[in-house]
Amino acid sequence: MIAFILRRLAVAIPTLLLLIVFSFILMHMAPGGPFTAERALPPQVIANLEAQYGLNDPLWLQIWNYLYNIVVHFDFGPSFVYPDRTVNQLIAAGFPVTLTYGVLSFVSAIVLGVSLGVVAAIWHNSWVDYIAVGISIGAQVLPNFVMAPLLVLVLTLWYGLLPGGGWSFSDPSFWIMPVIALATSYMASIARITRSSMLEVLGSNHIRTARAKGMPEHRVIIRHALKPAMLPVISYLGPVFVSMITGSVVIDMYFSTGGIGKAFVDSALNRDYAVMMGVTILVGALTILFNLIVDVLYAWIDPKIRY
Amino acid sequence: MSLLDIRNLSVRFQTNDAEVCAVNNVNLSVEAGQTLGIVGESGSGKSQLSFAMMGLLARNGRASGSVVFDGQEILNAKPKVLNSIRAEKMAMIFQDPMTSLNPYMRVADQMAEVLTLHKGIGKREAVAQAVQMLDAVKIPDAKGRVRLYPHEFSGGMRQRVMIAMALLCKPKLLIADEPTTALDVTVQAQIMQLLKELQHDFGMAMILITHDLGVVAGSCERVAVMYGGRIRETGPVRPIFAAPTHPYTQGLLDAIPRVDQTSEELHAIPGQPPNMSRPPSGCAFSPRCPYAREGCDTIDPPLEGFAPEQARACHAPVAEVIARQTRITIDDDQPAADLGDGPAQAIPRGAVAGAGAAGTPSTVEGQQ
Repeated sequence: MIAFILRRLAVAIPTLLLLIVFSFILMHMAPGGPFTAERALPPQVIANLEAQYGLNDPLWLQIWNYLYNIVVHFDFGPSFVYPDRTVNQLIAAGFPVTLTYGVLSFVSAIVLGVSLGVVAAIWHNSWVDYIAVGISIGAQVLPNFVMAPLLVLVLTLWYGLLPGGGWSFSDPSFWIMPVIALATSYMASIARITRSSMLEVLGSNHIRTARAKGMPEHRVIIRHALKPAMLPVISYLGPVFVSMITGSVVIDMYFSTGGIGKAFVDSALNRDYAVMMGVTILVGALTILFNLIVDVLYAWIDPKIRY
Repeated sequence: MSLLDIRNLSVRFQTNDAEVCAVNNVNLSVEAGQTLGIVGESGSGKSQLSFAMMGLLARNGRASGSVVFDGQEILNAKPKVLNSIRAEKMAMIFQDPMTSLNPYMRVADQMAEVLTLHKGIGKREAVAQAVQMLDAVKIPDAKGRVRLYPHEFSGGMRQRVMIAMALLCKPKLLIADEPTTALDVTVQAQIMQLLKELQHDFGMAMILITHDLGVVAGSCERVAVMYGGRIRETGPVRPIFAAPTHPYTQGLLDAIPRVDQTSEELHAIPGQPPNMSRPPSGCAFSPRCPYAREGCDTIDPPLEGFAPEQARACHAPVAEVIARQTRITIDDDQPAADLGDGPAQAIPRGAVAGAGAAGTPSTVEGQQ
């Protein structure tokens, strides 16, 4: 297992390099640039700026310099739009915020989604099931960009319970709405996946064997059904975490949380090459990491999977 | 008093299309230490009968009637009552050892939990007893193998594990639901031999559910032949095999290919087993029965005793069925007849028409 993890981490390095090179080339192929503005700047100014950021160098040299700085100095360069800030600083400022509400959303989506799905499967075709399915369908059709303004409307404007925006690491009341808005639809998907896989497991032969052993039903579910029922959920969770991080754009917009999502969108709109690259690499690395975690969890649950 | 007394047991499944009556008014009893064989083709209700006893019916299944085990009514009993009997006094081994063991748990854990549950002993002691039982079912290197997962065992070894697991609490009754169906022939013989020995050692009663008549002849004292959810003939094994008095039993026995038979033809019972969501009126076997007569398609014959300990459900007189105990001739236009064409194929022993896994009718619905 250790060897497998090391091998996968070793493969991750060329993967990330390829990701960087391809994104870099694609980004430069797109028309326009960071200094294309509505009001044309004097050509001398643009020439100066481009020279400063090395945009006149051949593409391969730009890529080489970029990679060199990352590998040797772990430096993702200065922002093209905010010249006084580096990409490292921008990410260091935004990522902890995104990570905080991202992890909280992730955990609450799993806990609530799995519980809802399990309960629905156990009382299949009863009112409990119908309510659980109703909740998950309701949550699914409320995307975060609808959920967010609704939450602000009800919890801030009507009842004044929670701050309508902003972020504080010390005050959890700022965390609640971002977490609810981000977690809801994922919770619904997790609940639906859990329910159907739990139903399948509960109908399987080894569950019948477990019941024939004279175990109380709750023990049958906890000891024998939960683990196999989690397999499809886990394979869904890897991509979910990453899309929660990237999908945080909406959250950052509505709640002014100042997370990485806002930086990502702004950089794309402003053609801030360095920030775009920085966030892309971050998301790429997270994707690789979470796929690895999913694979490790799979092997932990299913003894037939050995790497 | 009998160890197990089944009275008027019926099992019905509610499906979206229709109500399926899988078991219909079955009466059976098993004495302590005795072996009862229940024979029938797939879909005859033999497995559902045993699931109903153990309270293991699928969610849409309903059982009615009475099952008294060891002086206690257990049909539709409260979970607490059932759980105190399951594995402890009445254990079951299932048809498919590949899927009936939990693939995600070590054999040690699966076996030990039976003992920690019923005997309240510690995990270490439970595993030690599990190893002893694995030794008893002749699994070599039981001490080492108990740490393995089910997929690391062969099919025959897995069935041995199932048997060992069922016997941990030394139950009074073992229900073996087609214990050898999923195994190849040589392993089948070993498993049956093992079951016989263990039954003798432990003094248990056994219900052997099978479609393999050879297995019944080799290990049962009494046999009940089921067709279409009802018992059609029951009695001690010897007289029934020597002189079957029910046309269906006769057909089953005729269908066994024999080495000493000169004819290359294989004899099958013509037609198909009944669809139990739309059972034929009258006797369920009448559409396939060579003795069918007036009244067979309207009145279902009751199970009636005709000799000591022997009972049958048929309108045709006993003498007539016994007298015509020759091969059932197969008409060319009947669907099963093409089985007889061409050279004899290697059809496994006991491959009665429509052999296969007995399924549970279930509601088909959108699962999300």
